[in-house]
Amino acid sequence: MINQATLPKPAGFQFPKALIGPLLISATLLAAHISFGILDSWQKLMLAIGVSFLVEAVLHYLMFGNTRNMSSAYVSGISAGILIRSPFFWPFALCAAISIASKYVLRYKGRHIWNPTNFGIVMILLIASDSAAVLSIQWGNNMWAMFVIWIVGFITLYKVKKFHISAVYLLSFIFFGYIRSLITGDAFIAEIAVATGPMYQLFVLFMMTDPKTTVKSVRGQMFVAFLIAFVELFFRLGEAVFAPFYALFIVGPLALIVEDQWNEWKKRKTEAMPANATSGAINAAE
Amino acid sequence: MTRQKKAQLGISIFFIGLLLIPFSMRYLDALRAPGILEEKAEVIERFGFYLENITEETGINFVHQRARLDSRLEHILPQISSVGASVAVSDFNKNGFPDIYFTNSDFGAPNALYMNLGDGTFIDVAAEMGIADINNEETGVSMGAIWGDINNNGFEDLLVYKWGRLALFRNDFGSGFTDISKESGLYDAGWMNANTAVWLDYNGNGYLDLFVGGYFHESVNFWNLEHTRIMPDSYEYATNGGRNYLFENQGDGTFMDVSEQVGLLQTRRWTLAAAAADLNGSGFPDLVLANDYGVDELFLNENGTGFRNASTEAGMGQIPKSGMSVAFGDILNRGQFAIYITNISEPAVLMQGNNLWTPSRRSGGELLHFRNIAVSAGVDIGEWGYGGRFVDFNNNGHLDLYVANGYVSDEPDTDYWYDYAKVVGGNRNIIMEAANWPSMNGRTFSGYQTNKLWVNDGAGRFREVAASVGAALNLDSRAVAYADLFGTGSLDLIVASQNQPVVVYRNHVKPENQWIALSLEGSISNNSAIGAIIETHWNGQVQKRAVHGGDAFSSQSMRNVHIGLGDAAKVDQIVIRWPSGQVQILEAPALNQLHHITEPEEIL
Repeated sequence: MINQATLPKPAGFQFPKALIGPLLISATLLAAHISFGILDSWQKLMLAIGVSFLVEAVLHYLMFGNTRNMSSAYVSGISAGILIRSPFFWPFALCAAISIASKYVLRYKGRHIWNPTNFGIVMILLIASDSAAVLSIQWGNNMWAMFVIWIVGFITLYKVKKFHISAVYLLSFIFFGYIRSLITGDAFIAEIAVATGPMYQLFVLFMMTDPKTTVKSVRGQMFVAFLIAFVELFFRLGEAVFAPFYALFIVGPLALIVEDQWNEWKKRKTEAMPANATSGAINAAE
Repeated sequence: MTRQKKAQLGISIFFIGLLLIPFSMRYLDALRAPGILEEKAEVIERFGFYLENITEETGINFVHQRARLDSRLEHILPQISSVGASVAVSDFNKNGFPDIYFTNSDFGAPNALYMNLGDGTFIDVAAEMGIADINNEETGVSMGAIWGDINNNGFEDLLVYKWGRLALFRNDFGSGFTDISKESGLYDAGWMNANTAVWLDYNGNGYLDLFVGGYFHESVNFWNLEHTRIMPDSYEYATNGGRNYLFENQGDGTFMDVSEQVGLLQTRRWTLAAAAADLNGSGFPDLVLANDYGVDELFLNENGTGFRNASTEAGMGQIPKSGMSVAFGDILNRGQFAIYITNISEPAVLMQGNNLWTPSRRSGGELLHFRNIAVSAGVDIGEWGYGGRFVDFNNNGHLDLYVANGYVSDEPDTDYWYDYAKVVGGNRNIIMEAANWPSMNGRTFSGYQTNKLWVNDGAGRFREVAASVGAALNLDSRAVAYADLFGTGSLDLIVASQNQPVVVYRNHVKPENQWIALSLEGSISNNSAIGAIIETHWNGQVQKRAVHGGDAFSSQSMRNVHIGLGDAAKVDQIVIRWPSGQVQILEAPALNQLHHITEPEEIL
């Protein structure tokens, strides 16, 4: 007779975690576009996604000789399609291509350390600012749509155990907004107004929480989120319109390198520990 | 070297190549840019024309003064009080020379009517004509003006639209003007914050009707604010703008508000510019509106009974931008109007690009469908655009494009964009409240921008040559009008700038280029012939023109229709479709002269 207590529980339907990001961003885009028609053109979006797929497929094959899941490329492509604003087609393609290519070029100990879309966006702002900008206005004027996106986004982040990152960042952003208002003399509400817009929704819900480019420990993640808001404070005092992208661009990779060095140091310390402990025991016996 | 290492090297080269793409494009653009030629004759030889700033010689020394508003808006005054400089051309005294009216926007600051003395100079006669001192607390301040013969007596009357009440002046046979705002009923339309108006005979009854577009909500009186929640509720989807109006001319000197009956009260966008012309060949003028913080709108005239919003079906109503100006032009000489609408482009912050709506293949018969080809035509980036207008500067038979731009030029090397961006990214409850807006503190906001002058190569591509042809103007330009001010057969340019002086350019055109001009006078149609469609056929091509009652941004060019013909030996024919529906054909009219054409009084 089979002991029921020893049987594994039925798994039920488990949604692949890798698909949560693509689905959430697609749902956000669809809801926003149906509500407000936020996309300048489907063609530009499809171009960005298509280029992401193409570059990802080719570069991955060249590098590793096999194929890979395209969910990451999809998120990078769709993010470029939403965030880039330009009357031209080529910035969409270029942003997508740079985003994906950066993963294969800018690597630290075999892993990429920049969030690909963040890297692509910042590069476009730096090298093609005369032809492209980044989404900076709100989608429509309906507060409920904004709340729905935040709530669905937060629930999803909670499910994948990333909510704390966004929460710490937002609280820090509000705190530093207050500090900025004291420094600049502008209304506090003006300092935090951008957080009610879609650029921040995409930044907070998708870009900051990218599992590949965030540190591993929960405390570390919260500290990094705080640091991003802190660095953003200075970019904002320097009147950089797209301050959060620059802050993540700087803090994100540094945090991963520091974490790696910290883990290395701890590992070395742990490896050294048994010898020391044995030695100590002998000394004690003596 | 391992396979992976080789791959990584190759990918790195590819990556660097990607990063270099924008630099390469800029380099190629720089190589293609026209150079600066020293000699005027060389410029004329190369580009076919040269614009010479002759403002001082003309005696026109008008300087626009912006409105001062409620003290609660003082911190963002330059941003709110950013419009009001306008220009409208008309031969008000019928002496054969175009005269120019400029508006002012501060209490007590006079508007000006520069009468053309015919010797290259002008004199301001607005005060003696009774149309100077009209900016006051009771009726508001001027935002623009348009000329049109409302009573068909042969003399152009003057409408001034305001942040305030409409003002209508009857032209007393060129000897003066009488304020008939109250008798006409326009004064009683109430307070409005109008930034555009056009004359059009929407029902084809032979009398000019009046469209007026509202910007700020009509409940806002800038000198007596009830509250400061006056800003747009969205920066791309605003729904709290001023209402639009259509006043029907009753033929007895009065106007009736028929806006609701004709279907123009469906939206509350922030209309900054409007233009009217028969776009689908129905015989009735259609309306195109450029809306700030929203989509462009096309209202098709339903046989004079009303208007139908066809923006979405025509492909124009999907992408919200910051519409500032509307102009029609047959840029490819195919007998079809393209529509040019200026927007805002600021590097790294907001790249909307201007719209050049051209009829797509789906257009046909009365069905209109447009696609935006501004990028491929090369006329997309006009910075903070205002008036954009088609002008054949070099008389080569292809319409060129002039775009005024520049928002607020204040302290050099300062910038308000960051503060602007942080607020407009917010929710409606934040951005609507003017008190939430950071103080401008004398900062420049997309200022010191150079107006654009794009020459048309005739094959669908335009090239920017403003600096090369003497037209590099970096004032906060708003309104642009053209007129043959000196009777030379070339189109001169008048530019009105916000809080800054007017500039007049004399156009020196390559003398070999031919031209023809028409002065139309309606008899069954309205006397101004506004709405007439003219098709000029020569050398196997046809150029379509319309007589406008105001277009672009806060401006009106000369009424005469001027057509450049390049090296044409003759014009095959000119077909005039009068607003009454009459069609008149001029066979092989003589070149290089102005033809006075009166509409036949009997149906041909």
